[in-house]
Amino acid sequence: MTEFLYAVEVMINGLMAGVLYALVALGFVLIFKASGIFNYAQGVLALFAALTLVGLQEGQIPFAHLINAMFGTELHHFGWHLPALLAILLTVGVMILLAIAIERFILKHLVNQEPIILFMATIGLAYFLEGLGDIMWGSEIKTLDVGLPQGGSFWIEEKTAVLGGDGFYGFFIDKLDIVAALVAAVLVIGLTVFSQYSKQGRALRAVADDHQAALSVGISLRFIWVLVWSIAGFVALVAGIMWGAKSGVQFSLSLIALKALPVLMLGGFTSIPGAIVGGLIIGVGEKLFEFTVSSSWFGDAFGFTMSATENWFAYVLALIFLVFRPQGLFGEKIIERV
Amino acid sequence: MKLKLASIALGAALAAGPALADLVFPDLSYRTGPYAAGGIPFSDGYQDYFTLVNERDGGIGGVPARVIECETGYNTEKGVECYEATKGEGALIYQPLSTGITYQLIPKVSADGIPLHTMGYGRTSAANGKVFEWVFNYPANYWNAASVAIKYLLDESGGDLGDKKIALLYHNSAYGKEPIRTLEGLSAKHGFDLTTIAVDHPGQEQKSQWLQIRRERPDYVIMWGWGVMNQVAIQEAANIRFPMENFIGNWWAGAEHDVTPAGMAADGYKALNMNRIADLPVFDDIRTYVADKGMAAGDGSNIGKVLYTRGMYAAMLAVEAAKTAQEIHGTPDITAAMMRDGMEALVMDAAKMEALGAPGIGPEFGVTCADHGGSGMGILQQWNAGEGKWVALTDYISPDDAIIDPLVEEDSMAFAAENGIDLRCD
Repeated sequence: MTEFLYAVEVMINGLMAGVLYALVALGFVLIFKASGIFNYAQGVLALFAALTLVGLQEGQIPFAHLINAMFGTELHHFGWHLPALLAILLTVGVMILLAIAIERFILKHLVNQEPIILFMATIGLAYFLEGLGDIMWGSEIKTLDVGLPQGGSFWIEEKTAVLGGDGFYGFFIDKLDIVAALVAAVLVIGLTVFSQYSKQGRALRAVADDHQAALSVGISLRFIWVLVWSIAGFVALVAGIMWGAKSGVQFSLSLIALKALPVLMLGGFTSIPGAIVGGLIIGVGEKLFEFTVSSSWFGDAFGFTMSATENWFAYVLALIFLVFRPQGLFGEKIIERV
Repeated sequence: MKLKLASIALGAALAAGPALADLVFPDLSYRTGPYAAGGIPFSDGYQDYFTLVNERDGGIGGVPARVIECETGYNTEKGVECYEATKGEGALIYQPLSTGITYQLIPKVSADGIPLHTMGYGRTSAANGKVFEWVFNYPANYWNAASVAIKYLLDESGGDLGDKKIALLYHNSAYGKEPIRTLEGLSAKHGFDLTTIAVDHPGQEQKSQWLQIRRERPDYVIMWGWGVMNQVAIQEAANIRFPMENFIGNWWAGAEHDVTPAGMAADGYKALNMNRIADLPVFDDIRTYVADKGMAAGDGSNIGKVLYTRGMYAAMLAVEAAKTAQEIHGTPDITAAMMRDGMEALVMDAAKMEALGAPGIGPEFGVTCADHGGSGMGILQQWNAGEGKWVALTDYISPDDAIIDPLVEEDSMAFAAENGIDLRCD
């Protein structure tokens, strides 16, 4: 019974972890859906957004290290500490400016190019943004404080402890994960409503279906690209906040993109619900597998145990799904007629 | 006319005698990428100490030290590239601050005749100088660290760990796996129950591992982490309300940036260190001769921090070894082979550390032909989140050589047999 309850706990935490993976995957989906670009820079966008948020909130002077090195000054801070909400709004503004710059200096020049060219451009963008973030805000680890709760929920632990015997300590659920799940739900609903019912959303879907046709009816491709990169920047900011709250804002944040790839393979590159469902399946699957193969009863049965399986098992799980649905669970089936 | 001028210039150069070349100390640093937060303060400390020696003392034995920085990004391939790119400059010693790069460089430095110093990391069995002529890992190695942690826990538990459960949470890499054999040996000796739990690179997601710890309720968790793994682990430990005073990181999981993201929740977390963190007189010199003159490698904000101190200590040991080499060979203009001789005769005692303005910065030790590992001593420190500083809990603790020496012997002899190495020092 205790083992079963712990398996349930692992499953719940897997669902929560899956939401965090899905948050990263959403950014990829938005851009791929609207422009057919696999955005290699999505992880770095999350890093850059989080760096900017902390920098603005703490009143850090951008490029201070560079300015000090060049002019011998001792500039570091403006001396303010912004409220979290204002800092988030300003960061959204920065991400919109970044989207405009990306369209203006990169995408505009690559219209009608092969997808691989656009993909390679995003690789360059990733390196550029990582360097820019470093020069603007510095490489040290920054503490993110936007008022998010941390730690396991006492209430849930106490209420569920009675379900098992002496060896069961109640379900552990991280309060941050609960917040992340709520935020993800709001994001998905908002994005779905936006794409289904707003004029810009419909234009975005039209561009996704056919660039040429969308252009012929007067939809501005450049505006749509700015719009979609802005939204992806906002989603990256949300992902950066949630992941940065766990580890502090540091350059390894860009590696969270690795967690999104199996989610995309499973959920499909073009479906927002797919990113969520894919994230949940990957989260639960990898956590339950780790729980199973690291348990003592598995060791007794097979003579060995395994650990640190999550990174590779997520891809195995995605590949298993791909055998049966090559386009992913929610991906569009591509039928090419010759 | 041109020929005449050239002849005069050449004659003048010859008449002036042979100019002393700089003493070259490459710094394979990582200021970018996921591990930059650890690489930057170490490199700052390493470089600032050489600058101090140049500015305050006029160099080492009158010869200026020249640091060549090469960015590795903590990437093994780039680290090897940096080695190849800088060795021709007359490099005297390499300190790559990466176990992965160390493993790649061991055969290269052995072939090229350049000493490699891996202080508290790298290949542990390189402590056996009979096998590893060009590799040094004084003052302590990973296996020493594991033993020091267990010795501390033995002291805390009244000398008996028989009924205790200890979990090792480790980075799933060559580095992270290093202490397992030692801990298994110590588990057999002291009777504690050992569980090993791996965390995959980079360690951003550790929910499964901490749920396992929550289920199994070990008395202590020892962590072998680096980079983001440390910050996430400390936050997750706080999340499950694991007692911080029973959570011990190794010396690569005990810097300020490892604990600050968790805020007050990290209060009481413990870590090993091979250095005593204090406001040492040498830091005043660095501020006066280096930072205040605008010559610091960084912005000066890291001076005195854990990894800055360790980087500075690494440079201090290199400078002292170079001085020893100059004395042995009677020349200030030493080569890499002479530097190796200096390292093999290095003695760091209390009086020397005091004279260097760094009393008690490291354990006392002496290096010999057979022993390249030093004394292996380490201290335990504890994070005081309220004051934002590490507090030393112990003096330097000796490792359990009865467990470690046979392991070093076994591993190094296997390496010697595989590589056809003739033993030295007889």
